[in-house]
Amino acid sequence: MLEIKNLHAKVEEKEILKGISLSVKPGELHVIMGPNGAGKSTLANVLAGRDKFEVTQGEIQFNGQSLIEMLPEHRAGEGMFLSFQYPVAIPGVNNMYFLKAAVNAVRKYRGESELDAVTFLKMIREKLKVVELDDSFIHRPVNEGFSGGEKKRNEILQMISLEPKLAILDETDSGLDIDALRVIAEGINNYRNNDRAFILITHYQRMLNYMQPDFIHVLMDGKIVKSGPKELAHELEEKGYSWI
Amino acid sequence: MKTKEQKIIDDAVSQDYKYGFVTDIEQEILPPGLDEGVVRFISKKKNEPEWLLAYRLKAYKHWLTLTEPKWVKVKYADIDFQSISYYAAPKPKKKLDSLDEVDPEILDTYNKLGIPLDEQKMLANVAVDAVFDSVSIATTFREDLAKAGVIFCSFSEAVKDYPELVKQYLGSVVPHTDNFYAALNAAVFSDGSFVYIPKNTRCPMELSTYFRINASNTGQFERTLIVAEEGSYVSYLEGCTAPMRDENQLHAAVVELITLDNAEIKYSTVQNWYPGDKNGKGGIYNFVTKRGACRGNNSKISWTQVETGSAVTWKYPSCILQGDNSVGEFYSVAVTNNMQQADTGTKMIHIGKNTKSTIISKGISAGHGQQTYRGEVKIMKNAENARNYSQCDSILIGDKCGAHTFPYIDVRNSTAQMEHEATTSNIGEDQLFYCNSRGLSTEDAVSMIVNGFCKKVFKELPMEFAVEAQKLMEVTLEGSVG
Repeated sequence: MLEIKNLHAKVEEKEILKGISLSVKPGELHVIMGPNGAGKSTLANVLAGRDKFEVTQGEIQFNGQSLIEMLPEHRAGEGMFLSFQYPVAIPGVNNMYFLKAAVNAVRKYRGESELDAVTFLKMIREKLKVVELDDSFIHRPVNEGFSGGEKKRNEILQMISLEPKLAILDETDSGLDIDALRVIAEGINNYRNNDRAFILITHYQRMLNYMQPDFIHVLMDGKIVKSGPKELAHELEEKGYSWI
Repeated sequence: MKTKEQKIIDDAVSQDYKYGFVTDIEQEILPPGLDEGVVRFISKKKNEPEWLLAYRLKAYKHWLTLTEPKWVKVKYADIDFQSISYYAAPKPKKKLDSLDEVDPEILDTYNKLGIPLDEQKMLANVAVDAVFDSVSIATTFREDLAKAGVIFCSFSEAVKDYPELVKQYLGSVVPHTDNFYAALNAAVFSDGSFVYIPKNTRCPMELSTYFRINASNTGQFERTLIVAEEGSYVSYLEGCTAPMRDENQLHAAVVELITLDNAEIKYSTVQNWYPGDKNGKGGIYNFVTKRGACRGNNSKISWTQVETGSAVTWKYPSCILQGDNSVGEFYSVAVTNNMQQADTGTKMIHIGKNTKSTIISKGISAGHGQQTYRGEVKIMKNAENARNYSQCDSILIGDKCGAHTFPYIDVRNSTAQMEHEATTSNIGEDQLFYCNSRGLSTEDAVSMIVNGFCKKVFKELPMEFAVEAQKLMEVTLEGSVG
């Protein structure tokens, strides 16, 4: 599904990614761990197509298509989703309005009919239950005045509404209390299937208590320095990154 | 038959501006130039009474002593007031009794603007006083309004039919000595609208006027006067588009509002005049004096404006809060793109006790657009417990535009409560990317972010205007983010 080969990327003339290769197949859950400044968020942003990160070398294939020149909105249409570490507020824009515009933009790209207001509302009420939020939540402005936990739940709400093929979750677990963590982990678990893949970027092992990753990768100084099974995460938690 | 002038205009029409077309009808145009003879000509043409001619001449003589205001933060080539024609009217074929008799080309023009009068008459609950160039062509819903005792007619008709009311209120809020353009307007105003709401009457429908400048080189000098008697209410909508042309056109209107005890006027404007091309060529000069007087206790005047057009805008809809407990409001969205310039804001003059004013100003600059908020809140000595809340926010799109804020506050009574908030921000790369990553195109993202920014103002607009305003914003900001 996702093939990254020898990916180099820079931001403002500083090289951050220095040759990353990674292969993700449908149904898999990959976890990327690593110290601050290793390039984890950069990788997530490059995959989603953020303009300020420039790919200088390498190749990214997503379902057989090259991603490098593709606009971020088209990547979303193709089934890429990024859950942001710090979701930005859009004052005055109703959360439901935003979500409906996003869902319909993606549906349109995929050649599906746009949802009318009634169908959409029905759909969104179901999804709200998954992230344990009430109706009033979708009438607030996007991310404005949301608590840390609400922002992350909102990201998951968007994810399960947009139905991506590949979801990249950038530190979705940071800053969450134990209940929110459980809700989000369950949301992801229920949403896993054989066609859908996840890349989870995290600092901590604790989220992994709730889920079954297929691979753990350690990203340091712009490169994947070690990959292994779930147990690798425990080892890292105990010994720290200097051990590698 | 095409005149030479119209041929030139036709050639100048370009595709960019959606409403850029010129109606091909015979027109009667006064040669360019302004002197006492022109003022007399206009007055005579309209069969005006002696007192109105005297008023015009007094204003003209005062205007001669004035010079153009230069304190405004806008730049434009000097206006040659002798190169402007001060009167243009479609040649009337005969007196019109119904819409069927209106020149089909004129009706077609309105259709292009999206306001088919004949359909509106049947479908919408809105009366339209259509101003085509300088003479009103058609007025609808007159009978329904008449039943309620509401007068809604062209200014010329009001002078004929209700001379006492016009005489009593004309120039009572914006005197002919007020400023350069108000003096000019008082001397040469062509037509406009007159509204009178009798005591304890709620106007049964929203009143709407479409202004349109159609003749080449014809400055349009509109005059609007709205009087709300004790305990009455009216909502008035003003929407504008103008056809494309190359020469700069001057528009200097005067609007006067008067509310007596417990009366309320809500005045909404969507202004979409030709802004000039990308290089700043052409476009309308919009130099308008709008002011309302809350004369009565517990009265209220609310201005809402969405300004997306014109090359240069100079406009400060204001409120004089004379009556005790009176309320003044100003909600504004102004957009400047390409080479547009706007210097706009409001004045709130608190005179009565417990008077309240609210100012919400949202400025959006893109391209090389320059925008200034200029506002004054004045609390006079006897205005006990006056309150003002001001919020002035600016958003910048790109790095070649500018936003400036000049708030003046003058408090002469220590019981006053004043609040002022101001912000300036860029449309964030992070906001755009967030929207993009959710499947939204950059253009849709900009329009969504900007609409969110303007929400507080848009929600003050009547429903159909709010929709139009959002569309106008999208058109105005098209292509503003690379």
